[in-house]
Order: sequence, then structure tokens, then C-alpha cells
Amino acid sequence: MINILLQSVLLGGYYALIACGLAFMFQVMKIINLAHGSLAVVSAYMVWSLAETTGVSPFLTLLAVIPVMGLAGWLLQRAMLERAVRGGDLLPVLTTFGLAIVLDNLMFQQFGANTRSLAPYVGDLSWEAFELPGNIYVGKLPVYILVSAIAIIGALDLMLKRTALGHQIRATAADPVTAGLVGINARRAAGIAAAIATMTVAVSGAALGLRGTFDAYAGSPQLLFAFEATIIGGTRSLWGVLAGAIVLAIAQSLGAQIHPQGFLLGGHLAFLVVLFLRLASHGRPWSLAGLISIVTPKGAAR
Amino acid sequence: MSILSVKDLDVRYGQFRAVRGVSFDIARGEILALVGANGAGKTTLLRALAGANPVYAGSVHLNGTDITQMPSHRRVAAGLALVPEGRRLFLDMTIEENLSLGRTAGRDGEWDIDRVLETFPNLVKRRHALTGTMSGGEQQATAIGRALMSNPDILILDEVSLGLSPLVVDQVYASLDGLLKTGTTIILVEQDLTRAMTVADRVICMLEGRVQLDSATTNTSRDAITDAYFGNSRRKEGLSA
Amino acid sequence: MTIQRWTPLARTSFVIAALLLALLVVMPAFASVGAMQRLTVLFIYIIMAAMWNALAGYGGLVSIGNQLFFGLGAYLTIRVANAGIDPFAALLVAAVMVAAISWVLSQFMLHLRGGEFAIGMWVLASIAHLCVNLDPLIQGETGTSLISLNSYDMDLRRYYIYWAALSAMVVLLGLLFAVLRTPTGLAMQAIRDDEEAAESLGVNPMRNKRLFFVLAGFGTAIAGALWLAQVQSFQPKTYFSVQWTAYMIFMVLVGGLGRFEGAILGALIFFAVETWFADTGVWYLIGLGATAMLFSLFLPKGLWGAIASRSGVSVMPLGYRVRTLPDPGSPRDVTRSTE
Repeated sequence: MINILLQSVLLGGYYALIACGLAFMFQVMKIINLAHGSLAVVSAYMVWSLAETTGVSPFLTLLAVIPVMGLAGWLLQRAMLERAVRGGDLLPVLTTFGLAIVLDNLMFQQFGANTRSLAPYVGDLSWEAFELPGNIYVGKLPVYILVSAIAIIGALDLMLKRTALGHQIRATAADPVTAGLVGINARRAAGIAAAIATMTVAVSGAALGLRGTFDAYAGSPQLLFAFEATIIGGTRSLWGVLAGAIVLAIAQSLGAQIHPQGFLLGGHLAFLVVLFLRLASHGRPWSLAGLISIVTPKGAAR
Repeated sequence: MSILSVKDLDVRYGQFRAVRGVSFDIARGEILALVGANGAGKTTLLRALAGANPVYAGSVHLNGTDITQMPSHRRVAAGLALVPEGRRLFLDMTIEENLSLGRTAGRDGEWDIDRVLETFPNLVKRRHALTGTMSGGEQQATAIGRALMSNPDILILDEVSLGLSPLVVDQVYASLDGLLKTGTTIILVEQDLTRAMTVADRVICMLEGRVQLDSATTNTSRDAITDAYFGNSRRKEGLSA
Repeated sequence: MTIQRWTPLARTSFVIAALLLALLVVMPAFASVGAMQRLTVLFIYIIMAAMWNALAGYGGLVSIGNQLFFGLGAYLTIRVANAGIDPFAALLVAAVMVAAISWVLSQFMLHLRGGEFAIGMWVLASIAHLCVNLDPLIQGETGTSLISLNSYDMDLRRYYIYWAALSAMVVLLGLLFAVLRTPTGLAMQAIRDDEEAAESLGVNPMRNKRLFFVLAGFGTAIAGALWLAQVQSFQPKTYFSVQWTAYMIFMVLVGGLGRFEGAILGALIFFAVETWFADTGVWYLIGLGATAMLFSLFLPKGLWGAIASRSGVSVMPLGYRVRTLPDPGSPRDVTRSTE
């Protein structure tokens, strides 16, 4: 039982990693990027093909891919999303969906139907484990991924709360016109936010490849996981995403215990239950994060 | 040379002409009161000057530079700051954070957080409170402070008294008193004619998007402004104001 | 001053449509088998486009999960036919069942907004896919087929499927048309623009959205059932694939979001594109996605929207026009459409 829980927490770490970019885009730019999963897979392929052709470790090739993806995010925002947002709430959904289809099929065209993995390039690391008391083993990779997720979420959260750039991004998100009136370059802030989001996507793409396999169409399931983790955790804070991701993973594991095909269903059902609960509380944003914040002293003071 | 020069400005919402052929110049250090009924085009004009509304025709020059097509954040960097109607603070951030954002344009000058807090002492104890939890008067003070943080050459105040009780408005103007005497160029919208005429050097009255009256406050009267406000002078029937 | 709904153009186009319909009904008498099958496919596309448009264009609900209804319609048809009911009747029964399911789903799905609703529907489709996989009758991803259809003679079967598709299309379009002409329909077009304003006019957004949600569920389920009748085989993966929604989005974006004629135009274009390009493999899909993107960014009103905005042309009498006749000698037409 403890083992299942631990494995779920580690899986949750991966979900948090891929979800935090989506949540960040949504919180900050009010856009749900349906190409999110596809972008992760694009990153995975980039890391893979660099590792394949240069023989360099994926951890290092990832360092090269991150800025490339950041630039891609910036361009995405300036060339596409800026325009799409002006057309209303619904248009970005359609535009990013179209982009997802284009990306998925371009990747299929380029890389074919074979599944790939980054595991072969990291040697023993792909199966090495830490030994914990009680004869429990936790894989090193999943631990690193969980740690990265925590680090990235923490960094993003701090950036938004404490730095001038973070405030500019929040101001642009809240009221882009007034942000401009105050002297903030709203378009630049939005571009940077998008770049940050896609850089985290790059890291999650590498995590995807390291944990297991991926193929050209792996983007859709990743998008759904990221979305479910974000919704379960509540869209108020990034730490909520971590909580939501872990809950999702636990629900999936429980589902798998109940029925051999129950893994995905378990997660979906948890998502629905959370949705029900939230709507039952009359649309007031109920979330794990919200619940936690009510209980802690700082939250109660608000 | 005038600090702000507006020529034949035309601003539209779709087909509706909110500002029609407005022209005026402002000299450095002048305090201009912009007066007019709701819907006369005052806010549209000011937002167009600040870059929040696109200009259909005409031009705006700041210190000789053409800023007509400049995005708003660059106008702030050029020295024009607007305190928007309705305050428009960033509600999930504190007073200090809102004020700090005003510094984004990076202009040097006398205005910093300490000076703003001196000017608006009622903000001091709420410095780290979220602006969403504050009263109207405190919000207005913060909004003005935020604009001042950019050390503007010309400060535009849109409807400072909107939604504030008379007492609070007095307080705000009391705080502004020092500012008004420093020689900063100011455009302010004020519905209270008495106050406008006390505080301003010059008054412009707008009606249906056009300038009806443009005169130094010493050269005109309440009656004349009221006439321009309601467009009485255009009516054939004589109605005493 | 009179208010009229029918313009001369609308009257003409209705006559043409009636003639076209008559032609289509007797088509099987002289058309080849291949042509009939292709036309059936076209009818199904038109249904899918019109239904997605009803949901998104009139209800303001963009859904990336209409494959939920498509797949369920096909799946339930198999289930109902398996229980001994005639396959064509099973089509209808299955669609009604999906309509009921839609009504239940709408109770909570309609409280979601924007992107949350869009992906939420996708999640529901995934859930349906997974559940259908669990049914032993379906044998997981291997799938099964609408076996009872074999009891019909081959040629007769094709005629019946063709006419079923044709009548389904006409009925659904007619239903949609009727709804849009009622005060509710005008209301939906109003809501599309501003919910608060619509509410203040006494329009009930939730009730109207639910109506379109259930209608879209019903119609898309029929499309799925018809597709099943056409190809006979059912694999969950194919019917619950998000690609169906991709097709619907393409059709509606290109044709014109929120425009009745637009959905039909989009379906025709998609049909043509598919006929010519489908065998280029993934480039076809890339092209579809890229086109949808470009239209959403540069021509969000779609082709019909762009044409209609410029010329004021409307083939369907769905708006109101004011005609002023200031003096008997020279009628001046002041057209002010509320579409």
C-alpha cells in the first residue's frame, strides 16, 4: 500500500511537471493551449534526435532544447495567440487545436510510427533506484522528475510573487490595457510568459521520454493529464497543480487496483468527482489549494 | 514650445465618432480642466492621448515628438501618464506593488515610493494591503501615486472624484495641492465647476465630441461654461442659464 | 414600414432547395453505387457540421469532444440491434438514448466555460471510449460490426442507408432552422454575443444552451449511427477519435461559425477536399489543421461570414429586415438585418 502511494506521488511529480506549464498559461494569459501536449512531444523528439545524432546525454541536449522551445513559445504568442485572443475566448481554443493537429501529424511525417524513448541514452539511470527503509524501492529518475517539478513550480511561484517581471506578467494578465497605461509593455510580458510556459513544457517532454516511451500522437493523452491535474488542483495557485497531479496519480493507481483497464478511468472519474464537488458548492472555486489555504493561519487571515 | 499639441483629433468606436476634430495646445506647467457631460468624449479623448484608444485621424505631439501611433507604454516612457477613470488598480497586488509597477518605464525623477506616501499619508499604514480591500479614497490615492511614480512631464487625471464622497474628494485634492503647485503639467477632468475653476488655469468644455469652449479660467465665467456644457449657445430659443 | 423575414433571394433559394431535395430523393434510380455512397458521406458530414455549429456558433460552447456523441451513437446502435431490434430502428433508438444522456451531462457540463468545457467534453469522450472497451460484445479495440444489417439485401440496404441519411439531414436541418426562427432561436443568437445582456432581456441562457447541447448530441449520434450503417464495422478507437471533432471544426471554421448556410458550405468544401486529398496521408491532416488555424486567425467568420458581411446576402430567412416605404411611388429598401 505504501509502495503504491509512493509510486503515485512520483507519477504525480511527472503530471505536475507537465501541468504547470498549462496552468501557468491559463492563470496568466487566460488561454488554454490545446497544443500543450503536442509541444511536449516536439521537445521530446528534439531531445531524442540531438542525443541520437551527437551521442550526448539527453540531460545536456535538453539544455539546448529549452531555449529553442522558449523562443517557439514567444513566437507562438506574438504570431498567433495575440491575434486569437482578440477574437474572443473561444478562438484560442480552435487555433491551438489546429496547431496541435499540425504538430502531431508533422511529427508523424518526420519520425514515423515507431515509439521512441530517452531511457537508452541514460544508461543505468533508467532503472536505478533508491532503497528506503522497509524494503521499498523508488526509482531515481521519477524522484528527479518530482524534484524538478517542485523546483520549477517553486521558482515560477516566487517569480510571480516577488519579482518585477512577475508583477508585470500578473498585471498584464489582469488588465492588459491598464498595464500599458502604467508603462508595462504588455505584449512583451505576454511573450515572456508564453516563453516561460514552453520552457517548462520542454523539461516535461524530456521527462516523458525518460520515464517511458512516446510517439507522434502521444500529445493528446499528455494534454488530458495536464488538464485534469490542473482542474483537480484548482486554477488558483501553481502549488495546487502539484496537489492535483498527485491526487490524479493516486486515483489512477486505485483504478488500476480495481480493474486491469482501470488506470485511465480512475483518473477521469476523480476529475469528474472534483468537478461535481466544485459545482455543488455553487460554483465557488473549490479546490485542494483553496481548502488548504482556509485551514492554514495565513489563509484564514485573508 | 507647448508640451502637448493636439491637432484635429478624431477618435471613433466603430462608426460612432466620439471625438471630433479636437485641437488644443498645452504649455508646460499649465493646469487644464476638462469639463463636459457624460458622453461628451472626455474619457475617450484622454485615453486616446494616453494610447489606450486608437486614433482615427489627427495627431498628438508630446514635447515635439509625434506620439500618435505610439503604444501606451512608450508614451509613459516619453513622459505622459494617465490616471484612468475608475482607478483600474491591480487588485490582487498590494499598494506598494502597484506603486512599484509605476516605475516600470524607468524614468528618473523626484517621485518614489517614499515621496508618494508623504503626499498621501493615508496610504502609509495600508502599504502592504491588497488594493482590492481598500476604500475608494485610498484606491484613488494609489492610482494617482502609481502614475506619479513614472515621473511624468504631463499627468492626466480622469474623473478623480468618481464614486467618492465629498469629504474624501476634499482630502484627495488637499493631497494634490502640493503637486499642483510644483509646476507639473496637469490635465484633470472635474465635474465640480467651482473646484475646476479654483484649481485650473484654463478650462476646455466638450460637447458631443467637440470643443465648445477653450479659455483661461480668468477670462470666462461659470455661466459661460454652463452654456457650453449644455450647448445652450446653439439654441435659437433664449433660455437663461 | 413593414418587417419581413423572407427576401426574394431567400424565397428563390428555398424553391431551389426543394427541387434539389426532390432530385436527391430519386437519385438512387439512376446514380451509381459509388456516387450514392459518397452522397451518403456528404449528408453525414453536413449533419456533423450543422450540429457542431449549433453548439458552438449558436450556443457559444466550443467542444473538442463531439466524438463522444458520434461514438456513443454507433455503439448504442450495435447494442440495441443486438437486442433484436431492426437495425434502422436501432439507429433512431440509439440517438434518442444519446439525447437522454446528453440531457444528463448538460446538468453539470454546461456550468463549465470556455476551454474547460472544450477539454471537459474530450475527457468525457475518453471515458466513454474506455467504458465501451469494457463491453465484452465489443471485444476491446478489435471491435465488432452491425451484423444484423446483413439481413437486408445488399442493394436495398444501400438505398435505405442513403434515404435514412438524406431524411436525417433534412429533418435535423429543418429542426435547427425551426428553432432558430423562434424567439428562442433569436435569443441564442443574442446570447452568442453577450450573456448578461441576453439575461436582462428575459432570455434564459441555461435552458437555451441545454436545448442546443441535447440537439447536438442527438444529431451527432445519428451521424455516428449512420456512419456505422455505411461501413458496418465498429472499432472504438476509430469512432471515439478526436479526429471527428477536428473535421467538424474545419468545416465550421471554413464555412462560417454561427451561420446556418456556413455549416453546409463548410461540409461541401470538406467533402471536396477529402475526395481529392485524402490519399496524401498525413499531409491531408496537416493541411486541415493549418487551414483551420489560418481561418481562425484571419477569417474567423468563415467564408460565408465574409461574403454575408460584405454583401448582406442571406439565403436563409433567419433575420429580420425592415422595409420602409416613405411614399407609394418609390419604395426604398432600408435593409437592416439582425443576423
